[in-house]
Amino acid sequence: MKLVIERREISSPLLRFSAPVASIFVALFVAGFLLLASGVKPLLPYKEIIIESLGSMYGLSETLVKTTPLIFAGLGVSLAFRMQIWNIGAEGQIYMGAMGATWVALFSGIENHWVMLTAMFFAAFLCGGLWAGVAGLLRAKWQVNEVIVTLLMNYIAILGVDYLIYGPWKDPQGFNFPLTAQFSDTARLAEYFDTRMHSGFFLALFCALVLYLFMERTIWGYEIKVIGSNQKAAQYAGMNTAWAIFFVLFLSGAIAGIAGFGEVAGLQHRLQHGISPGYGYTAIIVAWLAKRSAIGVVIVSFLMGVLLVGGDSLQIMWQLPVAFVYAFQGLILFFLLASDFFIIYRLKLIRGNAHA
Amino acid sequence: MTDILQIENIRKTFPGVVALDNVSFSVAPGEIHTLLGENGAGKSTLMNVLTGLYHPDRGEINISGKQVHFTSPRDSLKCGIGMVHQHFMLVPAHSVFENILLALDDVPNFFNRSAYKEKIEKLIAEFDLELDLNLPVWKLSIGAQQWIELIKLLLRDCQLLILDEPTAVLTPQETERLFAVLQRLKGQGKSIIFISHKMREVMEISDRVTILKKGCSIATLARGDFDESKLAALMIGTDKVPQWQKSLQMSDELVLDIQNLSVQNDRGLADLDDFSLELKKGEILGIAGVAGNGQKALAEVLTGLKKTNQGKIMAGAEDITNSNARYSYIAGIAHIPEDRKTIGIAPDMDVADNLIMKSFKNRLFTSGIFQNKKAIRQNADDKIEQFAIKTGPDGTPVRYLSGGNIQKVIIARELSEHPTVLVALYPTRGLDIGSAEYVHKVIADGADRGMSTILIAEDLDELLKLSDRIAVMFRGKLIGYVDPRNTTREKIGLMMSGETPGDMS
Repeated sequence: MKLVIERREISSPLLRFSAPVASIFVALFVAGFLLLASGVKPLLPYKEIIIESLGSMYGLSETLVKTTPLIFAGLGVSLAFRMQIWNIGAEGQIYMGAMGATWVALFSGIENHWVMLTAMFFAAFLCGGLWAGVAGLLRAKWQVNEVIVTLLMNYIAILGVDYLIYGPWKDPQGFNFPLTAQFSDTARLAEYFDTRMHSGFFLALFCALVLYLFMERTIWGYEIKVIGSNQKAAQYAGMNTAWAIFFVLFLSGAIAGIAGFGEVAGLQHRLQHGISPGYGYTAIIVAWLAKRSAIGVVIVSFLMGVLLVGGDSLQIMWQLPVAFVYAFQGLILFFLLASDFFIIYRLKLIRGNAHA
Repeated sequence: MTDILQIENIRKTFPGVVALDNVSFSVAPGEIHTLLGENGAGKSTLMNVLTGLYHPDRGEINISGKQVHFTSPRDSLKCGIGMVHQHFMLVPAHSVFENILLALDDVPNFFNRSAYKEKIEKLIAEFDLELDLNLPVWKLSIGAQQWIELIKLLLRDCQLLILDEPTAVLTPQETERLFAVLQRLKGQGKSIIFISHKMREVMEISDRVTILKKGCSIATLARGDFDESKLAALMIGTDKVPQWQKSLQMSDELVLDIQNLSVQNDRGLADLDDFSLELKKGEILGIAGVAGNGQKALAEVLTGLKKTNQGKIMAGAEDITNSNARYSYIAGIAHIPEDRKTIGIAPDMDVADNLIMKSFKNRLFTSGIFQNKKAIRQNADDKIEQFAIKTGPDGTPVRYLSGGNIQKVIIARELSEHPTVLVALYPTRGLDIGSAEYVHKVIADGADRGMSTILIAEDLDELLKLSDRIAVMFRGKLIGYVDPRNTTREKIGLMMSGETPGDMS
């Protein structure tokens, strides 16, 4: 008897849907043992997570607040992944986007609400794009590994923003806290239902739709897919792969940059330390779980939002340590990724010891 | 004295293919034994059987008179059989010393570096090699990397060394040195199986030659019993090939006129050397030559993948060597690449997407910046029917298609814009007979429509059957043209080994 791993020729749509769902249940089951070990009955906290994150207007709005930047950053990262370009720098691109938007909000002196928001949007878009574009240029021209460049540039971006808010951009009336002055109302996105939820969420959905059409319907999307599938074949078919690498990294960073715009214009209304608690890194997981599809990014981002908000409530309601929350999130991601394996491969028992 | 290796009646089949039909030969101690055969004759399969990667379906392998059954390459190494592969198995970032240690099983976790170094240095001195143990492998020439592979086997005390086309990657000087080392090894009583296409080298170094043809060992000749023409004749065979029924309408109008072209490769060696070729309108021009004599460079120059160092390419009256016209002209050249999976297709995309890879910006398939999915689908349906491509359900990535169907996808794409010139490299390699026949038909049909084809193939039967003329290449030069209707394989075989037609009576 021998257990062999065999590649499935084609995985059925049913399997592709049911495997991730089943994997979440397996993760919940395993996490249940952790809960038991901490002396908590497993089912109650699960119920709590759902109620806290989805069961009230407040909870739902908080979930969407967390979902919004994840969608932007996830879209950016997944676009690059489509072409086998590994943009690990969404975090830094969010910071640069936030910085660009803040600069416009504080110093441009634009009075009109829509002009102001448009200008902030494009400033964030450009800053995020150019930040990633540096890695794009290096990769396209000299084959410098974009993983290293985008990753290390995160630190530069975060520290650069810190410099601004501890130094030149610090609010003179801010009692020396590291923040900029508050944005005026012209530079704020609309908020709804007396909650923190803002119109950035709808912008994110719109962005996902545009990116979906871009990838699946346009000739550029086609080109990106060919290059991602086989760069040599693309060159041989006459495509300019170097230009495409730069362009895709630029666009990837630009979309992540919009997340920064959403955070400062919709939520914080100022630039401050720690504007993103790691959305850019979570976006990598989002893009991966979403299989790099724009629609998938929206769904997975929402799921991550639920986990983030529900996780907080676990700490508050059950006095569970924050480490448990991380372990819980980690288990869900772990089993989701594992389910991928079963979608692509199957295990098979073979009798006797057949020769290779 | 008993033979160190004796194999008898080896047969190995793969689903649908008989790779080895019936192979027997033996190697005596201290003998250099050459295996000669066309590509596809079964040499690689035979080597994989000897090194324990494949299990033969039938037949015996005897080492020093004892029958053995290899279940893994480890078993084969234990019996003292070592192989230098065509592609070296080295870690480029590690030093020579570390690479050599990697090959040894019995190095303890804590070991005496200098003792091992001394042992290796001694071996290097013994064979008069130039090798710095501390250099990282990537800094070494290909020749020096080959020494490392040899030293690895010698340290393991292998008695039978298999060298798979060792000279294919070497300069002539490096080849000389390799041969000196082989002679010395032979003097020590070690046996060597040497695989090569190059007649001159085979003549120089072999004690005996075994010729493989279509999976059978058809003859073993001892030194003195063979000469170049005899080997060529045996390797290639002499039976007559039926010509394809062509409606002969080749004109004398030149489509391409390549004059004195020189192209150098990355290592500064000449891939094409003062090479000239004329392609007439509507003809199928076969290119014969042993693999690695410049065919690939020729195809790459014609399809714009490689730059020329010297010479001219004329399209009609226009010089397109370095002009912009070259690129628009090249866009009109269809190309069936040698390596269909690495540069021919986007493996994760479906047939419809692969079919438009060269024409995706064409107005037919776009409306503004958007793709016209309906037209793309329609195009795919047409081509799938016209070329009888077997695809899976809609949207199946092409990597799941069989080799023959992938080739059909490429051909359908390349011929869809009615090119004036087709450059086809080994278009039927690895295809079953039915698919190969179909590819032949497509090329012949193209010629009827006035398309000119440069057909580069290794199978002489294929060239003789299809070509209007055959040009023979050797070491990047054109040796001459032959008329397939009144030539012999023997003559082509001799030209492939570098003899000009004038030398022959």
